Amino acid sequence: MDAIKIEGLSKRYGDLIAVDGLSLCIKEGELFALLGVNGAGKTTTIKMLSCLTAPTQGDAYLHGNSICKDTAAVKTLIAVSPQETAVARGLSVRENLQLMCGIYGFESDKKTAKIKELTALLDLKEVIEKKAGKLSGGYQRRLSIAMALISEPKILFLDEPTLGLDVLARSDLWDIIRSLKGKVTIVLTTHYMEEAEALCDRIAIMKDGKLLICDTAANIKAVAGTDNFEQAFVQIVKGAGK
Amino acid sequence: MRMLTFANRNAKEIIRDPLTLFFGLGFPLVLILLLSAIQANIPVDLFEIAHLSPGIAVFGLSFMTLFSATLIARDRSSSLLQRLYTTPLTPLDFILGYTLPIIPFAVAQSICCYLVAIILGLEVTVNILGAVLFIIPISVLFIALGLLCGSVLNDKQVGGICGALLTNLSAWLSGTWFDLELVGGVFRKIAYALPFVHAVELERAVIRGSYADIFPHLWWVLGYAAVALLAAVLLFLRQMKKGNAT
Ligand SMILES: Nc1ncnc2c1ncn2[C@@H]1O[C@H](COP(=O)(O)OP(=O)(O)OP(=O)(O)O)[C@@H](O)[C@H]1O
Ligand SMILES: [Mg+2]
Repeated sequence: MDAIKIEGLSKRYGDLIAVDGLSLCIKEGELFALLGVNGAGKTTTIKMLSCLTAPTQGDAYLHGNSICKDTAAVKTLIAVSPQETAVARGLSVRENLQLMCGIYGFESDKKTAKIKELTALLDLKEVIEKKAGKLSGGYQRRLSIAMALISEPKILFLDEPTLGLDVLARSDLWDIIRSLKGKVTIVLTTHYMEEAEALCDRIAIMKDGKLLICDTAANIKAVAGTDNFEQAFVQIVKGAGK
Repeated sequence: MRMLTFANRNAKEIIRDPLTLFFGLGFPLVLILLLSAIQANIPVDLFEIAHLSPGIAVFGLSFMTLFSATLIARDRSSSLLQRLYTTPLTPLDFILGYTLPIIPFAVAQSICCYLVAIILGLEVTVNILGAVLFIIPISVLFIALGLLCGSVLNDKQVGGICGALLTNLSAWLSGTWFDLELVGGVFRKIAYALPFVHAVELERAVIRGSYADIFPHLWWVLGYAAVALLAAVLLFLRQMKKGNAT
């Protein structure tokens, strides 16, 4: 079954078309990357899919639920790690995680277990009693991601998850993402081409809101006629400009 | 429960802000002490404690507006709200979650205010309890104003509009600092068309124990609270739908 089915999704901001007639399907358990230069429309796409902003045209179905009509059902399926770090600054790391558990209505046993699991997973143990607002950028980022993972979503949206992480944390995060592969449908955006190539099942490249190509990394390289993915990306994006 | 978890978080954010204690509790108390000191030297009827303390109690609530507006405006700019909009929290959860935790602060503030008033000579009667209870509907008005401002302004603008403009408006137009009858004219008309002076007169009537005199003031307060709450809900939903911060 398709976890996500996008049909002619468009978003206009005044004269600007941020996303232009996007159509694609993402399978359950797939790890899917959205690539594109700054302003291509990746974040806007994720915002529409997570019911944060209404599409101007078109619709998308998450496990069969429309993002326009069945928003309540969609919200029980998804979790989002926004491009900007999204934490409650006045609360400690533990309290932030408790907040998310409470919102999803976890029992106290499950709450404790989940918090333990995620602090271990994202290496947040030493800072667990610290105020989120006092953490370094990278640690805030880790917390922000932990807050998305804690709700056990069916579909996980990660908007530039590795932004601001150090090399070790980045590699750890990719291990975590790899471990979720197959269990959770993941849509992520990144500007690190090698990450997308190494990990994602399929990759979509966007430019000016339009979908240029959507395929496996190997096929994208074949289409561009190069064996370097970054070069293939550059060629496809530049080629579309002409 | 989802809403209570969110309300709990909001209460924590407010209580951990040191400005809360200073403005929420300290400032009104300083005012009441100051004006009573003036009254002790140059007796003015207006600053007589049974007359003054209701005014200060209501004035203190304008800080509740500041707290709720700041909280929402900050949340909107920090993209935390964006995250929460993607969770099963409903619009009603958000509105209650922002409103309810501030009510205990408002009640605590009025209790402190009347306690100091008692020390300064306010007669201890059961009416004081009534005055604290009537603070609740009045505080809903002030919190709704905050919800409204926080939904349309960013956190810097909130400081100016709620922190400076509203606190002054609610002070000048409330009949606490000077008798509106003495000024009269358009100024008095404007004051009586707004809810602040009604809130103060409502509290004064309760403190006096003349419960018949709470009307029509109570209607003014409830009417304005309902309108403010409705406008706040609509504006909050509008910014939620727009889906982008600031
Ligand atoms: N709220 C908004 N109002 C007006 N225009 C917007 C808004 N949000 C996004 N845009 C515009 O829509 C276009 C797509 O933006 P989007 O944030 O989706 O890009 P992106 O692919 O995520 O870029 P980046 O890699 O920089 O994060 C941009 O031109 C942007 O200026
Ligand atoms: Mg983006």
